[in-house]
Amino acid sequence: MAWARRILRVNLTKGTCTPEPLNMEWARDYLGQRGLGTKYFVSEVDPKVDPLSPDNKLIFATGPLTGTMASTGARYSVITKGALTGAIACSNSGGHWGPELKQAGWDMIIFEGRAPEPVYLYIENDSAQLLPAKDLWGTTVWHTEEAIKKKHQDPQIRVASIGRAGENGVLYACVVNDLHRAAGRSGVGAVMGSKNLKAVAVRGTKGVGGIANPAEFMKVTFEKKKVLAENPVTGQGLPTYGTQVLMNVINEVGALPTRNHRDVQFEGARKISGEAMHEKRPTDGKSNLVTNAACFGCTIACGRISRMDKTHYTVVNKPEYWGATGGLEYENAWSLGCANGVDDLEALTYANILCNEDGMDPISFGATVGAAMELFDLGLIKEEEVGFPLKFGSAEALTRIAEMTARGEGFGKVIGLGSKRLCAKYGRPELSMSVKGQEFPAYDSRGIQGMGLTYATSNRGACHLRSYTVASEVLGIPVKTDPHSPEGKAELVKAFQDATAVFDSSGLCIFTSFAWTLADIQPQLQAACEGEFSLEKLNEIGERIWNLERRFNNAAGFTRQDDDLPPRLKTEPAKTGPAKGLVNQIDKMLPEYYQVRGWTPEGMPTKETLARLGL
Amino acid sequence: MQRSLHIDPNKCTGCRQCEMACSFENYGIFNNAKSRIRVFNFEHEGRKVPYTCTQCAEAWCMHACPVEAIKLDPLTGAKVVYEATCVGCKVCTIACPFGTINYVHDTGKVQKCDLCGGKPACSEACPTGAITYVDADWTGLARMEAWAAKTDTQPRA
Repeated sequence: MAWARRILRVNLTKGTCTPEPLNMEWARDYLGQRGLGTKYFVSEVDPKVDPLSPDNKLIFATGPLTGTMASTGARYSVITKGALTGAIACSNSGGHWGPELKQAGWDMIIFEGRAPEPVYLYIENDSAQLLPAKDLWGTTVWHTEEAIKKKHQDPQIRVASIGRAGENGVLYACVVNDLHRAAGRSGVGAVMGSKNLKAVAVRGTKGVGGIANPAEFMKVTFEKKKVLAENPVTGQGLPTYGTQVLMNVINEVGALPTRNHRDVQFEGARKISGEAMHEKRPTDGKSNLVTNAACFGCTIACGRISRMDKTHYTVVNKPEYWGATGGLEYENAWSLGCANGVDDLEALTYANILCNEDGMDPISFGATVGAAMELFDLGLIKEEEVGFPLKFGSAEALTRIAEMTARGEGFGKVIGLGSKRLCAKYGRPELSMSVKGQEFPAYDSRGIQGMGLTYATSNRGACHLRSYTVASEVLGIPVKTDPHSPEGKAELVKAFQDATAVFDSSGLCIFTSFAWTLADIQPQLQAACEGEFSLEKLNEIGERIWNLERRFNNAAGFTRQDDDLPPRLKTEPAKTGPAKGLVNQIDKMLPEYYQVRGWTPEGMPTKETLARLGL
Repeated sequence: MQRSLHIDPNKCTGCRQCEMACSFENYGIFNNAKSRIRVFNFEHEGRKVPYTCTQCAEAWCMHACPVEAIKLDPLTGAKVVYEATCVGCKVCTIACPFGTINYVHDTGKVQKCDLCGGKPACSEACPTGAITYVDADWTGLARMEAWAAKTDTQPRA
């Protein structure tokens, strides 16, 4: 069965914890995690709900393969209506928390209401209770994890929590587990904070049993691990350089958004690349990177563990930041670095540490600082408001504003609103590099056309993890397509979106898709789960999930106008590199995409499409 | 030839495949809490270290057991707990200097690594070669080789 077949409903208003059987019919139609969590969410929540009101719900969901020996079976997702976007939000995290929840015997936790005072949920196998968290409120993620383990005298507890950003209403606050793994995007941490829920602490010793065909499952997961090991990306590139393997690559193809997307190449890219993290520093003779690390069950191990240079201005006399901890991934190095024109690797590492410590999405934070730097450059934000010059390229400005945003101080409160609200406040809404209120990640859609359509149509706002066409357009996985051409991108994006929804609902990591296709996931799911999970059925599940999310967004008020890119990407051509002279051709791709999807020209799923998918 | 588990923490990524393989081998489920090998994470040093029983020749646990429930498997050299004999008194858990024999609440017995009868599941599952199963008399071979490789025998110019 692979599922624990049980969910926990926590009413924070009443203070109750109630077990319920998992809806197995839904599990067969939506698998788990992203798909199943979203099915529960849209069935219970009014699409018009204010994300920060007690009527919004917050779901932590695992997949059928979470907590098993399938490689990368570490994942869980947080599903809610996003504080940053007002759209369906689903943020995915690794580490060890998800498997711990599954091994405690739960597929999912649904939080509803709002606690009158700060609380945390403590789960020990079958027992679940809400405990006071007044003493934890106002403290960081790192402090919270340590304090809860100490209080229960159990270092093996796993904790997912919010830091001060989530408490202070930073709209892109995230949920952090295992110190530096995050359900990062769309402000799921802000929703958690609005519920007065500080942390979810779990200890699970029951295990994941009931694999439908254990011998077959062991055989097939072993074979698929071999596929990952023998693939150059998952077997070598990612373990050695992490996702940071991309920094120089994307800079060379001219799709590295720089200084709020004014440029598409960054002159300082090499200095903040994965390669640079391996180089010895002149100050202490050590490299920024200490080692790579894996999430639970992962045989890729792309995680970065870094150690700061003790002499760097950000951490001098701050020994609490001298230990090894989560280091820069590509997205964070880009958002904190390229988006702001900052090329100081140690400063970026520090800003990233602050994001982990206090639970902020580094993509949205960094990109919002980029927008603020452009507003400063245009003379719209004044030095007096901020307290210091917010200049492009200033590492000091970046790290100071990171401290202020994480802690809810001064101008940090404005940065905490995200770029859409920031730019609107200063009368230049078009300078927010976002879709549906969520900031772009690290690929410029002028140089990689398919990513423009990916961003415009992503159900959770701009995001690279909903259909990573970079794989096809730049890396040639599974087939090479022309990054400068909009031709065929509608079909490509749809195929990637549907497949990704299945990966995200299985309990496995999307990074396996550098080596695996759905055909590699299928036999693993089939061996683990009761019932029929053919490739055809999985494709249908992926498409069903996509349309389910879309329908929620439509009902929440999103229309065709929201499937669009900022004017800069449509009218200001790329200045340098292989994509020089190009803009994104979203207006050509979008109508094709709607057609391929079986949606109306206004972007609504047709009755026929919904009926075909059983919606 | 007897073999023994050899652990190289430098190669460990902390994925815990070994723990799951161990629990699956012995209990038929994925349950890291029931694993006889554990991966420790020294977060601030950036080190992950798998740790399990080294199968001491003069095993403290075996000598301490009042009912002779721990016996030598002459084929593998493993010190094996015989559950039918074990009374769950936990004296062995006190005797073991390394903490690698532990009580299991569910069964009321103790458990420790038994080398899976000569085919350790943890070693087979380890994706990085951090856990290998090598000639028991030559656990230092790889390290010797690494040092040997550094020996400079070339005449200097």
